[in-house]
Amino acid sequence: MNVPVENYLVLAALIFAIGCAGVLTRRNFIVILMSVELMLNAVNLTFVALSRQLVSMDGQMIVFFVMTVAAAEVAVGLAIFLAIYSQRRTVNADEISLLRW
Amino acid sequence: MYAALFYFIAGLTVIGALGVALSTNVVYSAMSLLAALVGASGLYVFLAADFVAVVQILVYVGGILILTLFAILLTHQIAEIQVSNRSVGRLPALGLVVLLGLAMGAAILRAPWHVEPLAAATPTTYGIGDSFLNQYLLPFELASVVLLTALVGAIVLSRKELRE
Repeated sequence: MNVPVENYLVLAALIFAIGCAGVLTRRNFIVILMSVELMLNAVNLTFVALSRQLVSMDGQMIVFFVMTVAAAEVAVGLAIFLAIYSQRRTVNADEISLLRW
Repeated sequence: MYAALFYFIAGLTVIGALGVALSTNVVYSAMSLLAALVGASGLYVFLAADFVAVVQILVYVGGILILTLFAILLTHQIAEIQVSNRSVGRLPALGLVVLLGLAMGAAILRAPWHVEPLAAATPTTYGIGDSFLNQYLLPFELASVVLLTALVGAIVLSRKELRE
């Protein structure tokens, strides 16, 4: 188990950048939500890697709170999405401009 | 041996992440997300975080991914809609992301990490339970309130009367 901590951090940075690209370039609402989940996972990986490196439990505790917020975000986000879909018949985030002026 | 296994799981995770961000079919994106989440769980095992790895599978694969698949199958337009002006926004976005990745990578590789011999991998459940009920008791209770609020909010949002 002698993989240096930089490998985990670079991997997490890579996944975060990929998720960021997904959020910025995709138009489908569900894919945007999944990319946000990817970014949250990358941050979780950073927390656990540094928790291991620093011999502290605090990083792992924060991961549980991040997971709680991610679950809440997906539940509410998909409920909003389904409500919009049943009214507007679209999955395209560019066509949803209810709050734009 | 450990290093080879690490690179295999890391490659699985990155390929899954790429599949989520680049696949044109939403169902393929969800399946790639499965690979990425399971890969992340394997990396948690590598980092001696056994409980986090199990919770990752339970919450993300068992809960969030299934919910996402339900939402995909409830909406009929499964294939991604082709948007005519997509290349205009796409190139600056990709440039921005590459810049972000390079900046993060440079920061990680240049930082003088405090390297010390790692502690032996011990079960983490005792420490996690102890922290939840002592040091992190108030955030723990607040997290349950957040979950309850999200539950009620999701039910209210998906009620029939609101849609009409």
